[in-house]
Amino acid sequence: MNARPLVAGLVLTALVVASLGIGAAQIGPGAAAGNGWTALVLMESRLPRTLAVLLTGAALAVAGVVIQSLVRNRFVGPDTAGTGESAALGLLGITLLAPASPIWIKMIVASLAAMAGTALFLAIVRRLPVREVMLVPIAGLILSGIIGSVVTWIAWEADLLQFVGTWLMSGEFSGVIAGRYELLWIAGAAAVLAWFAADRFAILSLGDQVATGLGLSTRGVMRLGMVVVSVVSALVVTTVGMIPFVGLVVPNIVARILGDNLRASIPVVAAGGAGLLLACDLIGRIVRHPYEIPVGVILGIIGSVIFLWLLYRPVAHG
Amino acid sequence: MIRINGLSHHIGAAPILHDIDLTLPRGKLVALIGPNGAGKSTLLRLVARLEPVQQGRIEIDGLDLSTTPTERLALAMAVMGQQTHIASRLRVAELVGFGRWPHHHGRPRPADRAAVRQALAAFDLEPLAHRFLDEVSGGQAQRAHLAMTFAQGTDWLLLDEPLNNLDMAHSRTLMARLADLVRGSGRSVVTVVHEVNYAAAWADHIVAMKDGRIVAEGPPETVLTEPVLSALYDTPIEVSRHDDRPLVLHHHWHDQLGSPFPKAADAPSHLLH
Repeated sequence: MNARPLVAGLVLTALVVASLGIGAAQIGPGAAAGNGWTALVLMESRLPRTLAVLLTGAALAVAGVVIQSLVRNRFVGPDTAGTGESAALGLLGITLLAPASPIWIKMIVASLAAMAGTALFLAIVRRLPVREVMLVPIAGLILSGIIGSVVTWIAWEADLLQFVGTWLMSGEFSGVIAGRYELLWIAGAAAVLAWFAADRFAILSLGDQVATGLGLSTRGVMRLGMVVVSVVSALVVTTVGMIPFVGLVVPNIVARILGDNLRASIPVVAAGGAGLLLACDLIGRIVRHPYEIPVGVILGIIGSVIFLWLLYRPVAHG
Repeated sequence: MIRINGLSHHIGAAPILHDIDLTLPRGKLVALIGPNGAGKSTLLRLVARLEPVQQGRIEIDGLDLSTTPTERLALAMAVMGQQTHIASRLRVAELVGFGRWPHHHGRPRPADRAAVRQALAAFDLEPLAHRFLDEVSGGQAQRAHLAMTFAQGTDWLLLDEPLNNLDMAHSRTLMARLADLVRGSGRSVVTVVHEVNYAAAWADHIVAMKDGRIVAEGPPETVLTEPVLSALYDTPIEVSRHDDRPLVLHHHWHDQLGSPFPKAADAPSHLLH
């Protein structure tokens, strides 16, 4: 039991080292101290990319925990609640209306749009019967589909389909260099915020009655959770594009092993998300070396297999 | 004490409670009884601030429900609602631990840990402390919820049909424990009880409700009488006595069973062969 964190730490470290070493350009272990060119590759491309992957994976997985506790349903993630598509819609809107606006304005607009989309999702879900477990993910998928098709339609009309397709819809990290990923630190900060409020989310997932009985303002916690999920989704979509499955499968696997005491499990969820995404990114870099396969594609394959396993696994009852 | 003044409640167009004035005494085990749809649970949920008060005023130990912050109220009363099924995968000890949350808001002190251990012991949950809630039985999960409410350590405990899902042995143990809380540590318990005999045996004060109104209140001796109960449940009910307390014989009325126990004179002669 006590060896687990150590093993996990070693695996994550190995993945980080591999990520720093693997890419189209060959660099050796002495790169940091070496000549200008290898140091440049390391500091300008490999390190930022590795950090971006770690931050994205961790933040998305934590956002997954948060949205799952807000809707009290395990079969949703930030990518199946319409949040990513809403962020894309906001980004597309601001790109059309004010193309020259600075990137931070675009981020804010994308975040606000993501918040509106998440609020809409929560409003729909709260009206669904609690016992109908599968209605929640279905509602999320339908909402995502509708908003996604609006995005596609607007992009088609505005001749921005390629922009939407390459930038927003398929998440990948090959374009990450120093100076183009730093906003993801804010997503990381949002995940840390979620960890500070972990008890509140854990109590909220016990139901409104229990939460109220313990003196918790459910609205406040819902709002906080919405902000976390929206900020993470919006920043990830705008910096690297949509990344599927991380926010869905990682919280499920961790909950199966550690349970839902979020204060204890959120750090593990974050590490798991970072590790899974980094592993998938590495696979994408290796299989067609020196070309790359987008991490979203790799995750689509691996994530769906894991998800099917989660659905069909034997349920423990005592 | 809990003071309720002019409390009315509607769900949609349907009136649930009509202008209720009620004072619930401190340091007593109070049972709310009445037929289905009488408004017992609604009344309890309003007092527990699980639903907003539409009209009227509720005060608990001098704290006005409409103006007191909910986190302050969590130190005055602990609530257990009817629906205790939760999808959350917590360990029993972690759930009970959340009962202390109003006191420490995330930083448990030794006193909080001691209260959790005490609550686990009081509800026989020590062997289950490290089991996940979705891996124990419904009755065990119910006890874990009760232990959480107990761990909250408030003067008032409000329970909505806590005997649901509990078998006879656990129902009796729970009622004994509630009575003990009241008599031993001076706490006050208000509970909705479906089976009137648990109220008859354990309650100090009974409030009988029907159609959103209080129809009788007082000690068991005065409320659990044949005329009051027969009118309350719209069915003839006989009350006997057992251990010097009322025993309500509501399970059947004399002639409903036909003659399952034939008298000697009626016995058909061929059975005697």
